[in-house]
Amino acid sequence: MLDVDIKGRVGQLDLEARFESGGGVTSLFGQSGAGKTTLTNMLAGLIKPLSGHIAVNGTTLFDAQKGINLSVQARRIGHVFQDARLFPHLSVASNLTYARWAGRRPGTRDMAEVVDLLGLGNLLERKPGTLSGGEKQRVAIGRALLSDPRLLIMDEPLANLDQARRNDILPYLDRLCVEAGIPILYVSHSIEEVARLSNTLVILSDGRTPAFGPVADMLARTDLGRATGRHEASALLEGTVTRCDPDWGLTDVDIGGAILQIPDMVAEPGDAVRLRIRARDVALAVVPPEGLSIRNAFPATIRSISSEKGPYAEILCSASGQVLRARITRASVADLDLHTGKDVTVLIKSVAIDRRQRAPALTDAATGGTSAG
Amino acid sequence: MDFFNLQPAEWQALLLTLKVASAALAVALPLAVLMAFVLARYRFTGHGAVNALVHLPLVLPPVVTGYVLLLTFGRKGPVGSFLDSVFGVTFAFNWTGAALAAGVMAFPLMVRPIRLSFEAVDPKLEEAAKSLGAHRLTAFLTVTLPLALPGILGGAILGFAKAMGEFGATITFVSNIPGETRTLSLALYTATQTPGGELAAFRLTLIAAFVAFAALIASEALARRLRARMGGGHA
Repeated sequence: MLDVDIKGRVGQLDLEARFESGGGVTSLFGQSGAGKTTLTNMLAGLIKPLSGHIAVNGTTLFDAQKGINLSVQARRIGHVFQDARLFPHLSVASNLTYARWAGRRPGTRDMAEVVDLLGLGNLLERKPGTLSGGEKQRVAIGRALLSDPRLLIMDEPLANLDQARRNDILPYLDRLCVEAGIPILYVSHSIEEVARLSNTLVILSDGRTPAFGPVADMLARTDLGRATGRHEASALLEGTVTRCDPDWGLTDVDIGGAILQIPDMVAEPGDAVRLRIRARDVALAVVPPEGLSIRNAFPATIRSISSEKGPYAEILCSASGQVLRARITRASVADLDLHTGKDVTVLIKSVAIDRRQRAPALTDAATGGTSAG
Repeated sequence: MDFFNLQPAEWQALLLTLKVASAALAVALPLAVLMAFVLARYRFTGHGAVNALVHLPLVLPPVVTGYVLLLTFGRKGPVGSFLDSVFGVTFAFNWTGAALAAGVMAFPLMVRPIRLSFEAVDPKLEEAAKSLGAHRLTAFLTVTLPLALPGILGGAILGFAKAMGEFGATITFVSNIPGETRTLSLALYTATQTPGGELAAFRLTLIAAFVAFAALIASEALARRLRARMGGGHA
């Protein structure tokens, strides 16, 4: 789907990126200054790499050895810029159709469908100057989608928005990622967005790509602390809603054997959910505790313990075939005699629900990426 | 009431002035837009020299500009004799010469505001246009040019006004021939040099003021409509 191996240099930054991705949503994650925008500009054809190759869906966009370097126009990459870059003199409708009347790309996607997907129906006659930040980004996404792209690059589309606007736009992104039907490269420095939206995670750090792979595996790795951000360390669990209890306001989610009870969750039995559990919200006990207020406690086995300096240790546990991540003090590790292979009880203080899909939608998501082009 | 009845010679001067200024604008404006875009967007060796050359008529005495035009575009000048022998076009002592002088003098006044308005358009918008499949010229015509339109309008008004009032370069280059090169300014000058021409000079002054005023009102209205089309905001 996405095959990138390039080297380049822009200003002070040496970029050396290599990753592959199987389609769906690929997140490019890194701190500010890691080279995310430089890398996307190279993919889009705005900056020429020094060497290497870029291929999308089997089409070579750039190959230094073979002398291939497609122009920005010929790459057919839908680029959603951080600052939206809507054309201020054109209406929202003319912005959306720009690729059709100015780019001579007739496109196969139905405009009404995109307008509906992104909730743009009431904005069509307006000028960009009158839109809010979130509305601008939605229009920019729609404009890129309607340009008949083979790849959609979203360069931190939420970076310039406040939290309330982000929460407005995230549900649209959830739907988009499932329904777009084309590979998406989502650039972000927020692990919440990455965990919520992506299938594959590529880590970018100081212009290098030290690791890439399925998002749950990547988040379970403790050796990427600096790149993923220690503070945000978390694990992803995939589960299915089995029961909703309106009396107590609790929803049961089956994560493959163990049941998690989650408060205040809007869901129906059968829904597939993706849960994110932060390492600092997980505690460990060597004997099953009693008389606790925490409801989510289940057995697990320690898979690894990071050996680092500093007060904390990162512990990976497997439970019901999924990986959980705990962050506890090294003093506790010593006191409880924790070691690899030891059976423990994990206690989960809180759970973030990252993505919820109706059961049929999940199969769409699984095939959506591969049916394109 | 005789005062308001224009003499045939005055009509002639007015119409000639409009013709000369319109012709100068029609030819010089597209060139000014192109030059302004190049100066705004590209850095190349000789950028400073080109910029200085464009602005030269602004700082040179107009008589000098007119004399240089006479030397180059006159019947014996290198460019003038070439154009005469190959295309049969002559600038010397006819209204096209007056238009050339007016256009050259107005050129820097047009380039300046247009260049500023191009510089105010974010080049990243063109990148966005290209990512949507638009080729360079299309991106320019559909994004950059419309966004620079208020500045182009301002430059055009300034250039037209300058072309209407051009005097020194015109009289040096193409002389003061009634019906051919005697524009309002030249007619006014002639009237002041003629015994008993005070009334005519006053009428010509009023005509010039009226034309300038009308042009200003029209450009104001046009600018308002442009701003309304831009949606009154910037993204």
